[in-house]
Amino acid sequence: MQLVLFNVTNGLIIGAFYVLMALGLSLILNLSNVINFAHGNFLALGGYLAYTLTPTLGYWGALLVAPLLTALIGLAVERLMIRRVYNRDPVYSLLLTFGFAFVMQDIARYVWGPNGLPLGLPDFLSQPISAELFFVTWYRVFMVFVVIVVVLGLFAFLRYTRVGVRIRAGTLDLETVASLGVNISFLRTFNFALGCFLAGLSGVLAAGQIGLNPNMGDDLLMPSFIAIIVGGVGSLIGTLFGGLLIGMAAALTTVFYPSASEAVIYAIMMLVLLFRPRGFMGEEGMMS
Amino acid sequence: MSTDVTIAAVAAARRPAVPRWVTLVVIWALLIAAPYWLPLLGGYTALAGRVLVFGLAAMGLNLLLGFTGVLSFGHAAYFGLGAYGAGLTLRYLVHSTPLAMLAGTLLGGLAGTLFGLLIVRRRGVYFAMCTIAFGQLWYYLAYSWNDFTGGFDGLRDFHREPIGFGPLTLDISEGGTRFYFFLLAIFAVAVTLLGLLVRSPFGHTLRAIRENERRARFLAIPVERQIWLSFSISCFFTALAGTLYALLNNFADPLALHYSLSGYFVVMCVMGGMRTFWGPLLGATVFVMLQDYISSMTVNWMSFVGTIFVLVVLFFPRGLLGLRRQRGET
Repeated sequence: MQLVLFNVTNGLIIGAFYVLMALGLSLILNLSNVINFAHGNFLALGGYLAYTLTPTLGYWGALLVAPLLTALIGLAVERLMIRRVYNRDPVYSLLLTFGFAFVMQDIARYVWGPNGLPLGLPDFLSQPISAELFFVTWYRVFMVFVVIVVVLGLFAFLRYTRVGVRIRAGTLDLETVASLGVNISFLRTFNFALGCFLAGLSGVLAAGQIGLNPNMGDDLLMPSFIAIIVGGVGSLIGTLFGGLLIGMAAALTTVFYPSASEAVIYAIMMLVLLFRPRGFMGEEGMMS
Repeated sequence: MSTDVTIAAVAAARRPAVPRWVTLVVIWALLIAAPYWLPLLGGYTALAGRVLVFGLAAMGLNLLLGFTGVLSFGHAAYFGLGAYGAGLTLRYLVHSTPLAMLAGTLLGGLAGTLFGLLIVRRRGVYFAMCTIAFGQLWYYLAYSWNDFTGGFDGLRDFHREPIGFGPLTLDISEGGTRFYFFLLAIFAVAVTLLGLLVRSPFGHTLRAIRENERRARFLAIPVERQIWLSFSISCFFTALAGTLYALLNNFADPLALHYSLSGYFVVMCVMGGMRTFWGPLLGATVFVMLQDYISSMTVNWMSFVGTIFVLVVLFFPRGLLGLRRQRGET
């Protein structure tokens, strides 16, 4: 029983990472039609920035500032490079972010070194919540709490603010939004930075749990793609659901058959493509 | 009268500066003579073999990417399946090179054919995303099925076997020039097939779909079926290249299945010029040479490769052969 419970909490936490990462990817994909291969590297960047900032700002300061800095760097990257390929064949945006991911990974390796680094946590966060549930530290509870707050905040932002509404409208029909006088160039830049903020935040959270290394984002990138496919392209709620589903599925498989935990998320993807090609909550026609 | 003149003028402008047969003779002469001129430039014969293998894979991908206009970012899966198919056959089943090649090609090609059925209705980046994710499935499978595939260390303990019997035996177990010519022969057959395919009515329907999918549909071209066929055929060619890769190295590793390699294939096509037939081969040549050179110079070769990607996209989107063609058209 305890083993199952242990893996359920694990699944919840892994799922929460997938969700944050996939939501950022999904935002960028929906509005700008760009798959951001460098998303995992923005995640690592967020973690490393937090590592560098912790001595001066403390953990809480770093938790707040590092994602903002990541967003700022994302903004620069979008302005300097990615916006140039919006109107071209999708092959170019893919190659661009793919190549840039390599560059970012090498930069991280150069600046912070190839070996793993730990991110220091405040003491009380590393305590287990009780003797029976010794495997659940306060940090895990805290992570899930932060993810819930951020996801609720994101959805509220997209629903109740002007920029948020425009992003959602742009997802459905960018041309019409542009012809209504919205500055879509700004919208896309902001949206990209927002995606990078989410990646940076998940990087800081992940660094506290699994530590830092230059390719820490790689393992999260592929499941995030699958979360988007399973949840349905064009639907952020779908992405949320997809991320939690595959996180849980992977963790529960670990209980019974550990070596299949990777395979099971691919199996879910295949089943979805076979029986519900647009994903669980995807709009009809969004993927073609 | 005046229209005739215009047509003649357009035709004259379209005609390439160099006649087609000259291009073909030059390409094949360079390929046949590669073992002799490459060492003079500091290369080695195995490098030329790698150019052929990656060139064939990229040309196979380009049937889909350049001629059909459909973006697959997961062709490493079929390449790697070809390599593992050949390697596993040689190791566990029979000691026969042709059978291993057949098994590998069928494995990769059929996997692509089946998966293609699931995704033919997707377009653009969504098609790409599905192909990437499907490709990684095989990577994880090869990675975690330790007993059977050798896991992360790759599949070893097999080697290419002599072909034929008795006096007609072709012994390719040694590397070097003889094996290079074996690769070149396979490459020649495959590329000829690809060329015929591109020039056939089927190839023309693919280009029609690339140029304007809706119009192609109105002309009663079965768009989904053609894309599926194009995807499957392209997977078969890439899988064949994968079997040659296993034979070349006597080794198959999970990195042959990783999505980075898919990215390399795509950049080979783009760098050489994905709207041209020979572009991917040129792109593969440049890429393999650069990678070999840079990785011998520095451990940070990844950022160099990444920078090449970025530069190609930002400043060089039509590729090397595309440049020449652009100049010819104006």
